[in-house]
Parts: sequence; C-alpha cells; structure tokens
Amino acid sequence: MLTFLIRRFLQIIPVMIGVTLAVFLLMHLIPGDPAQIMAGEKADEAQVEQMRENLGLNDPLHEQYLRYVGNAIQGDLGTSIRTNRPVVNEIFDSRIWITMELAFWGTVLAVVFGLIAGIISATRKYSFADVSLMVVALFGMSMPNFWLGIMLIYFFSVNLGWFPIVGWDSWKHMVLPVITIGSGGAAIIARMTRSSMLEVLDNDYIRTAHAKGVSERLVIYKHALRNALIPVVTVVGLQFGTLLGGAVITETVFAVNGIGRLVIDAIKARDFPMVQGAILVCAVAFVFVNFLVDIAYRLINKRIDLN
Amino acid sequence: MSDLNKNKILEVKNLCTSFFTDEGEVKAVDGVNFFIEKGKTVGIVGESGSGKSITSLSILRLIQEPAGKIVNGEIVFKGENLLEKSKKEMRSIRGNNISMIFQEPMTSLNPTMTCGEQIAESIRIHQKLGRKEAKEKAIEMLKLVGIPSPEKRVKQYPFELSGGMRQRVMIAIALACNPELLIADEPTTALDVTIQAQILDLIRNLQKELGTSLMIITHDLGVVAEMCETVAVMYCGKIVEYADVKTILTNPKHPYTIGLLNSVPRHDQVYDGDLPVIKGSVPSPFNLPKGCRFVSRCPHAKDICHNQLPELKTMDDGNQVRCWIHTESWEKQEEEVASNS
Repeated sequence: MLTFLIRRFLQIIPVMIGVTLAVFLLMHLIPGDPAQIMAGEKADEAQVEQMRENLGLNDPLHEQYLRYVGNAIQGDLGTSIRTNRPVVNEIFDSRIWITMELAFWGTVLAVVFGLIAGIISATRKYSFADVSLMVVALFGMSMPNFWLGIMLIYFFSVNLGWFPIVGWDSWKHMVLPVITIGSGGAAIIARMTRSSMLEVLDNDYIRTAHAKGVSERLVIYKHALRNALIPVVTVVGLQFGTLLGGAVITETVFAVNGIGRLVIDAIKARDFPMVQGAILVCAVAFVFVNFLVDIAYRLINKRIDLN
Repeated sequence: MSDLNKNKILEVKNLCTSFFTDEGEVKAVDGVNFFIEKGKTVGIVGESGSGKSITSLSILRLIQEPAGKIVNGEIVFKGENLLEKSKKEMRSIRGNNISMIFQEPMTSLNPTMTCGEQIAESIRIHQKLGRKEAKEKAIEMLKLVGIPSPEKRVKQYPFELSGGMRQRVMIAIALACNPELLIADEPTTALDVTIQAQILDLIRNLQKELGTSLMIITHDLGVVAEMCETVAVMYCGKIVEYADVKTILTNPKHPYTIGLLNSVPRHDQVYDGDLPVIKGSVPSPFNLPKGCRFVSRCPHAKDICHNQLPELKTMDDGNQVRCWIHTESWEKQEEEVASNS
C-alpha cells in the first residue's frame, strides 16, 4: 500500500506540470497584449512598456514559466488587478472554503442518493420503483443547473418560504444550492450503480454466495455492492470536477460568494492573475480529489496495481 | 420406511423446471426422476442444453425467478420436500446440508474477498462460529483440500491463485460445513487434464473420508467411469437412460448413450478418418419433436418414434431406458413392416 501511495503521488508531478503550463499559457493565449489590457485602454506607450517589464513579459517564455511555477510553489499567485490584493488571499480568505463546502455536500448528496436509488433499482429490476427512479434520474441528468436552481428558488423559497433565496450563512442557505449542484451527479451515480449492480448480480460468484446460504441482504451489500462500486468510484471522482465547474453557475444563481463567482467577476473585470489563480487552485483540488479516489479504488479492488 | 428409502439421501420425483421467455415456455427439465443413496455417487450426463445443470440448480432452488421456475415435482431430501421449505429454511440447507461446486473456478469466487473470508463465511453462517475460530477452520479446510502453506493462502485473493487452486478453494467452501450431499456441476471442465485428475482424486478421497453423497454433472464419460456408481443420461430435459455405471459403459441400451460412447476416442482403436459422431444437433427447445426427442438424430427411428414419446421403461435388470426399441410395440411395428412389404 505504501509503495502504491508513493507511486501514485509521483504521478501527480507530470499532471501538475501540465496544469501549470496550461494556466500559465492562458496569459499568452488571450487575444491582444496582456500588458495593454492590464494597463488599461487609456495607458500610453510608456505605461504599457512599464507594465510589460513589471509582468516580466519581455523575458523568454521558459524563464517566465519557471518564475511563475516558482512563485506559485511559494504561494505567490500574483496580485489581483481589480482589488490590488494578493490573489492567494482573495481565494483562501473565504472564497475557496465556501465552494469546497458546496462541492463536498453536493458530492455527499450525489453519492448517498445515487447509491441508494441505484441499489433499489437494480434489486427490483423493471418494478415500478425501478422505472420511476430511473425516470427521475433521467430528469436529474438532463436538467440544466441554472434552471433547476431557479425552479427550486421559485417553489421552495418564493412560494413556500422554507429556505432563504440567496447567501451562505446557515444550513438553511445551503440546502437549495447543494441540491442544485448535486442532483446531476446523483442521477449519473444512480444509473451507473444500477447498471454496474445488474452486471455484478449476474456473476457466477453471486450464485456461489447463494449456494453457500448467504442471505439476500448480505449477497447484495457484501458480495455485489463491493464489486459494483469499482466503476462507480471513478465516476464520483470525475463528478467532483464537474461539481467545481457547476459551482460557477450555482453560485451565481444563489449569489453565493464562492470561487465560482470570483472567477466570473474576475473575467468580467479582465483580472487575469485572479482568473489564473482560481483555475490553478481548482485544478489542484481536482487532482487531489482524484488522488483520494484512486486510493479508495485500490481499497475496494485489490487487483489494481500501478504496474 | 423401507430400507431402500432410509438409504436415500435425495430423491427427485417428476421434476419439471421451465423458463418463460418472450418466445414461449422452455421445458429445461421435464419430468426427471432419480435418487441418490447415502455415500454413493450419481452422475448426470448429457450435452449442453440437456437440462443437467438446471436439475442441479433446481435441487438447491437456485433457479433465477421469475424467468425460471420449478413448475412441478418433489425434491425429497432426508424425507422432506425441499420445494415446501421457506426461503429461510432453504438458506440454512444451502452450503450446510447440500453444497455445490460450480464449473468455472475462475469466476465462481468473489474477486474482492480473500479466500479465507469466503470459506469462513459459510462456517460463520451455519456453525455460528466467531471470526477467529472460523478463520482457523478455513485454514484447516485449505489444508484438507491440499493447498500448500494455507496460512498464507488464506489471506490471498482469488486472482492470486491458479484455476486448479481456485477449484480447491471452491471445494473447501463446499465442504466447510460437512454437507451430506455435494453437487459438483462439471467440476473439471474448465481445468487442464492433469489438474482434472487431481481434482477428481481429491473429491473422491474427501467423499470417502467424510461419507458425503455425491451428484456429479458432466459431459465427460471418463469422469463418469472414474467416479460414479449410477448414471442418468439426459437429453432435452428428459432422462433417456438410467442405469449402473457398468451397464452404461459396456452395454448401453439407448441409441443416444451408444452414440455418446462411440464418439469417445479410444486408445486401443485405429480410426481412418474422422471419429464417429452423433449426426445432427440438439433440437430447439421451442420446437421439440412430438415423439421421441432424439428422433431426428437416431439411426433406428421409425414412424412410432416420430409420433409418440416413449416411456422410461424399467428393464429386467432394474435399469431404465426411454426407447421404443426396447418395447413390444417395436416388434409389432417390425412385423407390420414385414407383412406390408
């Protein structure tokens, strides 16, 4: 297990190089001159040149990249143009934690509801429960986040008054955004669990378990689920990435001050260091979550070997 | 109860198991009767699709409903009809009184559980032993089935073992609770020839040692010759010949049994060209012939065979055959043909 952890950890390095490279190149891919954009439209030639010099844009590309990575490792992601504060502070002072909270509870909701629905569906194949759950899952998958969010606000906040419409102060504020962001994942996990479970239940070792006199409950939860979870775990990891992306929309709909909104505001204000920083942090979080997923995967499926 | 009945550990009476598909009912097992005596071995022989595996799954009531269903018959185990048992009672019999070994050792073990866990599981369910005692018993079972360094193997996963080893683990699971009846569904089909012999030896020795009755399902007449005392030959869901092993191997009565035996290559015979085969193929289960089910492939078939299904007739020596040749009607028909021409 230790060698597995070390080896898996080392695999993160090339991924991180790719991520930082992509984020770094963003700066150079935006149309126009970054220095010009940052200095503002009214800046004269000298001011733009000064900006270019400040940003180090006159240096060779590889030097710029190494400097960027070096700074990033030391926790320096540049300074926000809009607020003039360090990007790191903008992100970590509160924004990222709100998004992480949202994504975490969204994942919990997706996993719990997805698994329960998937198991019920698979064990009662073609029953009324199965068909209705899968129809609901289809809705969950096809419904755009922003629309679901608005509908939830309309029914539960405006009409029924059960939950506040915007903000992020108490658990009551969290309910609707978490449902909005987690429902798609729940639907995918439910369908995935169902099909994976059905496949596993058809296996010879399930028949062996029955022939041993194992009870139906144990056959499902001990023998089948553990095997059925293998593909599901992968989906959960990928889902977390979608969740981070979904945060941009959900946070906008519910006016939650997370990193998603930060990115939107930064893009609107052409605050490039901010955009870069936020994307980098999200990418690192995604890589880290997938690292955890791989560990979980390994714990379930003993056959996984990085060789 | 007569002496014979007392000795019967299992008696299958008029067993009918069907599968219900969109195209109609498939009578996979259609009125099968046989019994197994204590400590004895019965072989069920037949081609794929003859209903031999379904018969064995029916005994443990492992047919997957609702697609498949036991529609008729009795399965009497130690004087009690298993078809009248509740689900819970059946669970306490499976793996405890009656155990089963399956054909595919590669896929019959759970890939996410260690071998030890899988053996210990049935011990814990049926003998109510604690975790530690069950583990010790699992190691003991691995030793019994001849797995070297069982203390190490007990912690290994199925993918770390070879096919032969896995089948040994399957046997260990099946015998863990000392069952009175062991059903082995083609236990050696998926294994190499050398491993086959080892596994058969192992089963036979353990059977002797533990006094288990054995029902062995196979299409390999070599296995039958090695292991069985009585043999039931099945074709399209029905028993066509039911006799002691010596009769089956040396003096078979049913044309199908004769065909099966002829198609086994013999070391003392020279063949120029191909091996003898049974011509044709098994009829579709949706479209079985009205008369004898073997009629389309039988070299002796006459009108009566096409029109009427023969009964399983008990011969003078007590063996049973389902064929018109061995009835009076056959001679009558011969005479009719002779007088007509």
